[in-house]
Amino acid sequence: MAGCRTANTDGYRSWGRYPPAAHRAVIQVRWRSEPPDLARLEGTVLPFGCGRSYGDCCLNDGGTLLDASHLRHFIAFDEERGLLRCEAGVTLADILDLMVPRGWFPSVLPGTRWVTVGGAIANDIHGKNHHGAGTFGRYVSCFELLRSSGERLVCSPERNAELFRATIGGLGLTGLILWADVQLRRVSSSAIALERVRFGSLHEFFALSSEDQDYEYTAAWIDCTASRGRLGRGLYLRGDHASPEAAGDGAARPDGGLGGLLRVPFDAPGALLNPLTVSVFNALYYRSQISPRVRKVVPGEAFFFPLDSVRGWNRLYGRHGFLQYQCVVPDGEGGAAVRGILERVGRHRQASFLAVIKRFGDLPSPGMLSFPRPGVTLALDFPYRGARTLEMLEELDELVVGAGGKVYPAKDARMSADTFRSYFPLWRQFAKHVDPKFSSSFWRRVSGA
Amino acid sequence: MARPMKRRERTLTDVLVVGATSAIGSEVARSFARSGARLFLVARNAERLAAVSEDLRVLGAGRVETAVLDVTHMDRHAAVLQSAIEALGDLDVALVAHGVLPDQSRCEASVEETLRALEVNCTSTVALLTLLANYFEQRRGGCIAVITSVAGDRGRRSNYVYGTAKAALNTFLEGLRARLQPAGVSVLTVKPGFVDTPMTAGLPRNPFYADPRRVGEDIYRAMLAGRDVVYVPWFWRPIMAAVRAIPVRIFKRISP
Repeated sequence: MAGCRTANTDGYRSWGRYPPAAHRAVIQVRWRSEPPDLARLEGTVLPFGCGRSYGDCCLNDGGTLLDASHLRHFIAFDEERGLLRCEAGVTLADILDLMVPRGWFPSVLPGTRWVTVGGAIANDIHGKNHHGAGTFGRYVSCFELLRSSGERLVCSPERNAELFRATIGGLGLTGLILWADVQLRRVSSSAIALERVRFGSLHEFFALSSEDQDYEYTAAWIDCTASRGRLGRGLYLRGDHASPEAAGDGAARPDGGLGGLLRVPFDAPGALLNPLTVSVFNALYYRSQISPRVRKVVPGEAFFFPLDSVRGWNRLYGRHGFLQYQCVVPDGEGGAAVRGILERVGRHRQASFLAVIKRFGDLPSPGMLSFPRPGVTLALDFPYRGARTLEMLEELDELVVGAGGKVYPAKDARMSADTFRSYFPLWRQFAKHVDPKFSSSFWRRVSGA
Repeated sequence: MARPMKRRERTLTDVLVVGATSAIGSEVARSFARSGARLFLVARNAERLAAVSEDLRVLGAGRVETAVLDVTHMDRHAAVLQSAIEALGDLDVALVAHGVLPDQSRCEASVEETLRALEVNCTSTVALLTLLANYFEQRRGGCIAVITSVAGDRGRRSNYVYGTAKAALNTFLEGLRARLQPAGVSVLTVKPGFVDTPMTAGLPRNPFYADPRRVGEDIYRAMLAGRDVVYVPWFWRPIMAAVRAIPVRIFKRISP
């Protein structure tokens, strides 16, 4: 196959490094003018970008990966409208590097800049501005999809509309995205004028989140090792793009500066992040902010991507890896569902080092399998400790199903087929558009295939 | 990735890149594009050239023109160079970045395969450099840069055909450097180690692999600074110094 190289299969893992997967082959796609001849490949294929999905939706155990991370050319930029056309392997980091100096910014940014445009579409990612902006898929006006038949289909809300809706949030299962048109927005600077508020309980969190409409970006870190009266204490982060005057000279540069200095070069011992160390860290972190409210202007990278400055932070969980559980539960009953989940996690004494909580807004996404819905989302990380980790997550699923919520496939490594079907009622409509040659470890588990 | 330019770094604005669709060549081109340079790109495949051109224009290139050329067609070199000069008006910089990693065992079994590998990786470059040297000499200024390899520092069991081509270029460039020094033309020999490109895609990974983006940026800076020989990344310089120091009677037994 011209233009595609067979690469070594080492090193293609998901971010949580659980579950393991052995791939039969990896095909690097480098030129959109020379797409792979998918029909001639044995077995199933799955597109792979930066591998920042946590669980197995970016893995295809026993099958082939289409490494599209090298499909990384910019194609065109309409300066009047802020519409960027680029290949699917271009990362949000690439877009930031190029566009921030020109006064443009992605409409939606997740917690890391190392995601490809293809991955952003396939997971219909969301960010700290979801309550006002919705998901990434809302800002994609069209893309070209390569199917295993060899067809290249341009999809938009007007053209191949069903396929467009299936591909957004479609986890790479409908085909390989070759390029996309992404709508950017104007910003005065990439720096953020933020306010950080310490809160002592879930009740206080909900009070703060009711003010979300006054801020463009909001999210909170929550200490889920705190118990009883202190359950749900944390730090609430909210902010808006700073004016250029407030930003000053240093904050406007897209480069994080710290990026190269901090790196986790090897797997930490598995016991490093355990209930004791994590609860000590959490208590210190909660108290690190001495005054109840802090206001300052920070560079964009520090606000949006605090973890990007520690390269390989996933290795702190040790070689067995970790799982992230991100759910959304509808509002109602004063956050009883969220309280229930936090209490259950506390009872299992499985430490979650990174716990983020945020209110989602009600702007709809075009994607059939889109994850966000109005309510509160909670994201928790757990070191993989075998059966007891999986059992706890099954219990959390019961709580989430009971509350009418869902779990985010981009983070999932173990949800069952039944649970998937309750979370995503449009799954049958979606399944019609799955390309017969495309599959993933995640899809085989949740579709019972 | 940007850091402030050193005072002695010059501006280079009219850039010829041969092998412009190669991973390293295109990354160096991107660095030039970001600074607003005008580029003339040469490669074998028109569609790939188009994709690279579009990318460079979005990044900020002042102008991008292209020509399709297989470098082993030596009789076409003069015409393509002439097109480049006409398109840009002048040439500040020529970067030669094409190359193919041959299958060593196939070369060992075939004279034709070996000679072809030497033609692509060495003779074609020597032919180009003969023309470029004369142009830059009469122009009295500018920079010629050629991507060779650490493989040229020593003949190794596993890749000595490729190593031969690169070693020959290293020597040719050394002589060229001395010849063009009085004319104020810098000649840069770039010696990459393992770089994550299509050339090495099938080889097993090791911790020494470098990102072509970083390699491209390093080469760009070295060109602006008028350097002579650079290893990219820098740590290959001490490594190869140690490798070169191994006595022949030992090296012939252990050579990988």
